[in-house]
Amino acid sequence: MSARELLRGFQRSHLAMAGLSLLALLLLLALAAGVIAPQNPYDLAQLDITDGRLPPGERLGSGALALLGTDDQGRDMLSAILYGLRISLLIGTGSTLLALAIGLTLGITAAWHGGWIDALIMRVADIQLSFPAILIALVLLAVFGQGSDKILLALVAVQWAYYARTVRATALVERGREYIEAARCLALPGWRILLWHLLPNCLPPLIVVATVQVASAIALEATLSFLGLGLPITEPSLGLLIANGFSYLLSGKYWISLFPGLALLLLIVSLNLVGDRLRDLLDPRLQ
Amino acid sequence: MLGMLVLIARRLGQSALVLLVMSLLVFVGVFAIGDPLAILVSPDATPEEIARSARELGLQQPLWQQYLLFLQQALQGNLGRSFAHGEPAMALILERLPATLELAISATVIAIVLGIPLGLWAGLRPRSLSGQSIMAGSILGFSLPTFWVGLMLIMLFSVWLGWLPASGRGPVQSVLGLPLSLGSSEGWRHLLLPALNLALFKLALIIRLVRAGCIEALRQDYVRFARAKGLHPRRIIGVHVLKNLLLPLITVIGLEFGSVIAFSIVTETIFAWPGMGKLLIDSINVLDRPVIVAYLCIIVLLFTLINLLVDLLYVLLDPRLRPSTATPQRAGT
Repeated sequence: MSARELLRGFQRSHLAMAGLSLLALLLLLALAAGVIAPQNPYDLAQLDITDGRLPPGERLGSGALALLGTDDQGRDMLSAILYGLRISLLIGTGSTLLALAIGLTLGITAAWHGGWIDALIMRVADIQLSFPAILIALVLLAVFGQGSDKILLALVAVQWAYYARTVRATALVERGREYIEAARCLALPGWRILLWHLLPNCLPPLIVVATVQVASAIALEATLSFLGLGLPITEPSLGLLIANGFSYLLSGKYWISLFPGLALLLLIVSLNLVGDRLRDLLDPRLQ
Repeated sequence: MLGMLVLIARRLGQSALVLLVMSLLVFVGVFAIGDPLAILVSPDATPEEIARSARELGLQQPLWQQYLLFLQQALQGNLGRSFAHGEPAMALILERLPATLELAISATVIAIVLGIPLGLWAGLRPRSLSGQSIMAGSILGFSLPTFWVGLMLIMLFSVWLGWLPASGRGPVQSVLGLPLSLGSSEGWRHLLLPALNLALFKLALIIRLVRAGCIEALRQDYVRFARAKGLHPRRIIGVHVLKNLLLPLITVIGLEFGSVIAFSIVTETIFAWPGMGKLLIDSINVLDRPVIVAYLCIIVLLFTLINLLVDLLYVLLDPRLRPSTATPQRAGT
C-alpha cells in the first residue's frame, strides 16, 4: 500500500484525520521546542524562585507572560511542557525502535530456524508476557538503578516480546507463500530470501503494533517517572512534571499537574487514534 | 474423578516448576549478579554483623549450596530484615497484603458489576449513540495511564468537590481476623476513589470483551433457535448469551487479577494506600533491598497461584476440557 493510498484511507475517517493532525502538531511543537518556548526550562540561571507557583496568565518578574503558570522552581509551565513533550517522544520512539529491531531479529530467526531456537525464544517471550510490563520495568529499575539509559533498557526489555511474537506469527505464514518458494527455486541464498523477500512482507503488522506501542511506552515512562523511578529531575519528561505538581494539587494549585497531564493525554490519544486507523488499513482481514 | 485428580496433580507440578525456575532467577539476580551482602545486609551494619550475616547466608559455601540455603530460608519466610523498619521483610509485606487484596478485589468487583451490563448494552445496540459512547469511553479507559486518571479523580472529587478523601485508608475493623476498611462508612469513603481508579482499565477490558462476545453470540444458530422458539429476550440474553460469555470472561478476569495487583503499585502510591505496592516503591526509594527481594518472591508466588486457579476453574466450567470420567461404552456390549 503506497503512502498516498494510506493518506486517502485516513481521510475517509474524520476521527483518524483529527488524530493524525493532532499528532503532527505535537511532533512539530516538540521539534521546535527550542525555538518557540518562551524560556529554556533546563537553564537554572533563567529561573527565579520568586516566580514560583504563579497561576496561569500571571507575569514573571522579568515581565514575560506565564500562560500556563509556573512550577515550584519558577519554571514556565508552557516551556517545560514543550521540552517535556520532546523527551517523552524521544524516549517513547527510541525505545520502541530499539525493541522493534531486537524483536524483529529474534522473531524472524525463530520462524526461519524453528526447532529448539524457536522454542527457546518463544518460551522466554511467553514467560515475560505473563507478567505485567510495569512490574518487569519496576524490577529492572530496582535492580539496576535509575537514569535515562536504565529506563530505556527497561522499556526495551518490556516491549521486545510483543514484536518477536507478531513477527514470528507473520513470518510463519509468509514462509509458506509461493513467492518464497519461487525465490528458493531460483536458488537464491537463504540470507537474501530472508532479508529481501520475507522481511519486507512482515513489516505491516509490525508498524501497527509499533504505533500503539509508542503510546504505551510513553505512558509507561510517564508512570515510572511519576513513581520517582524514571528520568532525572534536571530534564523532566511529562510524567515527572506531573509528579512534581502532585504535591501542590491538594492545595488547589492544579496547573502544575493538570497542563502536563493534558499534553500527555493528547499525545497518547492521538497515537492511539492513528494506530487504530493504521490497523484497519493494513490488516487485510479487517477489509 | 481419577482423571480430574491427575489433571490437578499435573497442573500443580507445572506451577511448582515455574516457581522453581523463578526462584532460581531471583537467586541469580541477588547472589550471582549482585553482592548479596550489599543487598541483604544494612549499609550501617558493624563488621561483626556483616561477618555473622555472611555465615548465615553461607557465602563461603559453593553456589549450589547457597541456593539450597536461600530456598530453605525463603520457604521459611526468612528473607532478611528490612533496613528501614528493622522487621523481617517477609512479615512486613504480609502485613500489608490484606490492604492490597482489599483494594484489588474491590476494583475487580466494580469492573465486573459495571462492565457486564455496559458491555451487554453496547453489544445489543452496537450502532446506537449510547453503544458508541460506551465504546469510546472504553477506548479512553484503555489508553489513559492509571496514575493520570487517579490524579483527575483526586482533583475532581477531593479538591474541587470535596466529597471524598484523597489519601489514606481510614479506620480499619477486624473482619474474620483481617483488618479491612469495608466495616465502616468512613472506610468505604476512603476505598471508593482508589478502587475506582484501579478498576478503570479492567472495566474497559470487560466492556470490550462482553460487547464482542455478545455481538458474536447473537449471530449464532442457538440464539436464532431460541428466538424462533419464542423465548423471552431476557432469557436469551441472561441464559444463552451470558453463559457462553462466562468462560472467556473468567479467564480474563482471573488472569488480569495479577495485573490488578501489579497496577495497585501505582494506585497505592497516588492515594497513599498502605498496601504492599506502596511499600515496594518506598523501599526502592530508600534502597531497602530485602523488602524488594521479598516482594518479588511473594508476587511470583501470587502470579503462579492465580494462573493455577484460572486453569482449574477453566476445566471446572468447560466440560469439553474435562478428562472423560468413564470409558465410553461400546455399543452392543
